[in-house]
Amino acid sequence: MSGPILILAEHLKGEIADITYEMLGIGRKLADELKVPLHSIVFGKDAESIATHLGVSDSVFVLNNPQMDIPSPDVASNILKNLIEQKAYSLVLIGGTNVSTGIGPKLSIRSGLPFVNFCRNIWVKDVTFGFTSQLFGGKILSDISLPGNRGIISIYPGSFPSNAGKSDKKPPIEMLSLPVEETKVVFKQYIEPEAGDVDITKQDVLVSVGRGISNADNIAMAEELATALGGAVCASRPVIDQGWLPLSRQVGKSGMTVKPKLYFALGVSGAPEHAEGMKDSGLILAINTDPNAPIFSVAHYGICADLFDIIPPLIEKLKT
Amino acid sequence: MDIVVFLKMVPDVVEELVIGDTGKSLDTQFLRMKLNDPDDYSLEEALILKEKYGGTVTVVAMEAPEVDEVLFTALAKGADRIVKIPGDWTGIQAPGIAKLLASYFSSANRQLGPETLVLLGSQAIDDLEGEVAPYLSEILGAPYIGVITGISLDAGKKKINVIKEFAGGLRGEFELSLPAVIGIQAAEKPPRYVPVAKVRSIMKTAKIETVDITAPEITSAVSVDKMFIPEAGGKAKMIEGPPEQISSRVIELLKECGILRR
Amino acid sequence: MDPIQINIIGIPGLILFWVITLIAFGLFGKRITKLIKLLMRAKPENRFDNLGKRILSLFTFVLGQKRLLHEYVIGVAHFLIFWGFLLFAGTFGWNLLKWLFPFLPYPYADEVGIIRIFFVIFSILVFLSLAVATIRRIFFPPAHLQKTMDAYIIITMISLVVLTTLLGLGFRAVAVGHEEASLNPADNLLFSVFSGTSKNSASGLFLFMMWMHQLVVLGFLAYLPYSKHLHLLASPFGVFFANTDQLNSLDISGSKEETSAGASQWNEFTWRQLLNSFACAECGRCDRVCPALTSGFKLSPREIIHHLKEHILEAGFSSNGNKVSGDNRIRPLIGGIVSEKELWACTTCLSCMERCPVLNEHIPLIVNMRRYLVSQGTIDNTLQDVLTKMGRYGNSMGQSDRMRAKWTQGLDFKITDARKESVEYLWFVGDYASYDSRIQDITRRTAKVFQKAGLNFGILYEGERNSGNDIRRVGEEGLFDILKEKNLQAIGQSKYKKIITTDPHTYNTLKNEYVLNSGTNGNGHIIHYTELYDQLIRSGQLKINKKINSTITYHDPCYLGRYNGIYDAPRRVLDAIGAKLIEMPRNRAKSYCCGAGGGRIWMEDEPGIKERPSESRVREAVSLPGVQALVVACPKDIVMFQDALKTTGNEGKIGIKDISDLVYEAID
Repeated sequence: MSGPILILAEHLKGEIADITYEMLGIGRKLADELKVPLHSIVFGKDAESIATHLGVSDSVFVLNNPQMDIPSPDVASNILKNLIEQKAYSLVLIGGTNVSTGIGPKLSIRSGLPFVNFCRNIWVKDVTFGFTSQLFGGKILSDISLPGNRGIISIYPGSFPSNAGKSDKKPPIEMLSLPVEETKVVFKQYIEPEAGDVDITKQDVLVSVGRGISNADNIAMAEELATALGGAVCASRPVIDQGWLPLSRQVGKSGMTVKPKLYFALGVSGAPEHAEGMKDSGLILAINTDPNAPIFSVAHYGICADLFDIIPPLIEKLKT
Repeated sequence: MDIVVFLKMVPDVVEELVIGDTGKSLDTQFLRMKLNDPDDYSLEEALILKEKYGGTVTVVAMEAPEVDEVLFTALAKGADRIVKIPGDWTGIQAPGIAKLLASYFSSANRQLGPETLVLLGSQAIDDLEGEVAPYLSEILGAPYIGVITGISLDAGKKKINVIKEFAGGLRGEFELSLPAVIGIQAAEKPPRYVPVAKVRSIMKTAKIETVDITAPEITSAVSVDKMFIPEAGGKAKMIEGPPEQISSRVIELLKECGILRR
Repeated sequence: MDPIQINIIGIPGLILFWVITLIAFGLFGKRITKLIKLLMRAKPENRFDNLGKRILSLFTFVLGQKRLLHEYVIGVAHFLIFWGFLLFAGTFGWNLLKWLFPFLPYPYADEVGIIRIFFVIFSILVFLSLAVATIRRIFFPPAHLQKTMDAYIIITMISLVVLTTLLGLGFRAVAVGHEEASLNPADNLLFSVFSGTSKNSASGLFLFMMWMHQLVVLGFLAYLPYSKHLHLLASPFGVFFANTDQLNSLDISGSKEETSAGASQWNEFTWRQLLNSFACAECGRCDRVCPALTSGFKLSPREIIHHLKEHILEAGFSSNGNKVSGDNRIRPLIGGIVSEKELWACTTCLSCMERCPVLNEHIPLIVNMRRYLVSQGTIDNTLQDVLTKMGRYGNSMGQSDRMRAKWTQGLDFKITDARKESVEYLWFVGDYASYDSRIQDITRRTAKVFQKAGLNFGILYEGERNSGNDIRRVGEEGLFDILKEKNLQAIGQSKYKKIITTDPHTYNTLKNEYVLNSGTNGNGHIIHYTELYDQLIRSGQLKINKKINSTITYHDPCYLGRYNGIYDAPRRVLDAIGAKLIEMPRNRAKSYCCGAGGGRIWMEDEPGIKERPSESRVREAVSLPGVQALVVACPKDIVMFQDALKTTGNEGKIGIKDISDLVYEAID
């Protein structure tokens, strides 16, 4: 007889993260298969109102406390450990994101349950859980099982459809109180990114530049293309790190997540951290000289050529 | 400051990865190991902190192929001590590594003092059972925060201020008391270059310290049933031909998808 | 009429002359001693080998003025000024001793009839040459000619030397009288020119002119070591101590550790490197041919030498305890007087050194300073990335060393593994030829040509690494050493008669900087594939079945041509396969670099570059009437010129072909 499943709901500055819905979706599916309850837990200063969106779960634990807006790994794992002891959860799902990082391993030691990272899929066979995790940036996949059939799982963003986790139902709520104060890691303030002239998350068309653009001067060509298509320029991390475009233009795990109608990637390799930020775009076109570039696994259409050969004639054609 | 940096070697993915005979792990014949990039950034951050605030940098790594050169390079870059934990650590996962590294402090007769800062990479590409840093912090009983891109010291208060990256360019500032364990995402500057001649000359004159640590119980509660290479599924449809042809086809596609008007 | 026998303002001439001479020599000697002391405190360098060749250089370049004659008009003028100067200097020395030691039993130089004839001839020639030089300097200055006060002072002084001679001899002719003067054609001519002078004043004027002459020359002597005209004294030494043949090896003498740390101060350079500064006449010929400067980079080879001189005078002198004006203004050499940008802009094409009339060696200075930057880790991110990849994978692309021979999979035959079987020809393929997808087709074609010729050849497969030529030129000596060691190891495993290379950079370092097998340099054992094709075609081993009948032009690669003197073999090959060659205006030793060398292919361009070297070269090729293809013999040229065709909008006008492409067609 399996224990129930718990989801650690995640939000950033009051907005629910997509990963939360992904976890709710797969959590619901597994809970239904095993016929066990699905719980969620949410921390933060607006925890109560966030809880109202977690209707896919059967009940929600709420800790309304501004201190836990960014959950301290120490306090969070403390709370979760207590819950695990009380409810004997079989699975605790946590987002594999910058916000929740650190909670899983600490919880693993405190609860004695194993921790599985980079999880892309979970299934049940008889009553046994099976997991598939990726390694080496996705080059290798591993099928995993847990001898105790219980564990803490970090879900790799983008692994599950988020729609399955959305619902209008208002779930029942149980309020929790802060058991212990976090004194050693104190949040001081947010540092907002520089106000960029352009909000790339609102664009219909994005022309993205990666390492293959070679130098800052060539970005002008990407701007021309973007203008011709009615959009804006964004970039992958290496370009931002070089300082050729401001942080506000970065797409990826540490940057923005974008879903334009057209995502045109020029000289972008398509590393997982970047793909995470744009894989749900409507039409993904990629140009790269390397036929093995990971971007071609994410793109709908690919051109294996030198972008400097393709883009100028394209711009000319668009102008006519 | 007493900075301790832990380095981990990970498989080099420039080589094609091949699954071994058991079907559960990588084939090691042509496998090369390289320093985990975030660990490289941790070393750089440690050196930057030493340059700013003074103190010592101790670099510790477990025995692994090609780790000697990594340690000598760290010394050449400016680290004060380099230490290796001898042994065959194939297959050891993050929880076991953390236990090992935590015992480094007791075995080496080192205290986790009010000046001690432990730096590791925020994550690694082979962290199947999670990141080493949070496990380590739990065992040591020191506070932890990850995805850090900048550290500054408030010597008076014996605290550090760190910058953490979230998403969308948003960052957060936190204050931690020392001793602490920090997971580094990036250093303030890219890792410095040290010329080959310097590393070679150090290899001739310096020796890597060793510290013997009895292997902790390395039982993994996670069992790998199968390791495989993902199918190249969902590959893009390639557009081919001379540039003229390609640009025509692209325009066609854009019209089909409603991005360009017909 | 003995100039030393007179009294001037009451003082005996002899005493006055001694005083003036001592002062002049004192000033001269003091400065020269300071400079020599500096040289002695610099690093050592062995330039005392091959004495015979060195003496021959003196004849060719100093006496023969060979390099100056490249620019014909000023070349001839300078030749005459130089030889005139030798005459005047020689006779000055002759006379000096007689003036100082009147008891010496020989006549004054001007008392010898034949000497007077030479004086007149050379005075006129030198005067005309000075006029040419002055007119050129003022009205038709070539690019990069430095119009300094120094130059005008010198022109004036030499003119005065000449003038005082002519006037002096003229007055003398009048003073000795018509009868005696008519015995000598020079005197005769002078007599008629100066006949207006009264006989009474003539001898007085003659003595005046002789004294003036001495004063001007002594003044010139004292001024010389403080001006760029120090090159008069320093350049013969520079030429004597220049590297024999061409400079194709940057091998370091002395302790490896020390010298690979490079130079950031004057005393970290070798004495020969410092000598460059004194030997430089600031003529600007190096600047005129430098591809970096012409493109708009901040690098000027002449300025580098000049910067070093500034630094020597500032830091070197003050360290000797000498006063420098404004002591706290001692600027660091690198980052102060020389900027890092200048140092990284060099493509090591050797044009500067090939043109320099005094055989100055600009590139070792630049490489030495680059070594310093590398030792400090002060290099930009792109280059750092390449060096890290190179160190780890043995190639600049960062691809696995195991994939080096993947290009062979496109062939229908297996190439022998030279590590396992003995071969006649060991083919050292090179990075770009092995890994770059644009070049791999050419490499395969080359293999097919070798096969068709029945060559017994093999490659080192994964044992091969980047040869290190450009790594050394970028200043990473330690990495160069490792690459060389690994390559020597792999090469040592194999049994071969000759090594062939397709890349001139590989060719250069293997031939001149690796010590192979028997402990001697690879001279004779290493051949470039163009030389091989030439040999095979001439011996008939490679049969030309189909002449290609197209009009082409050829780009002489820097490391094949200027560095190693191979110009004719590729041309014979092109001729043999029926190609009609139209020479580029800048051909052979004047060939214009494509811009990839010295590690520049691994660095980013500066913003604001007017025209890249490769673009200039491509335009040059396109401008030749009827040319269908630009033919190259180096893989990096293919990459650079293909890009340049696009960026100059000349795509489709001409093709870029490797010699192997054409030979492959011709043997079909």
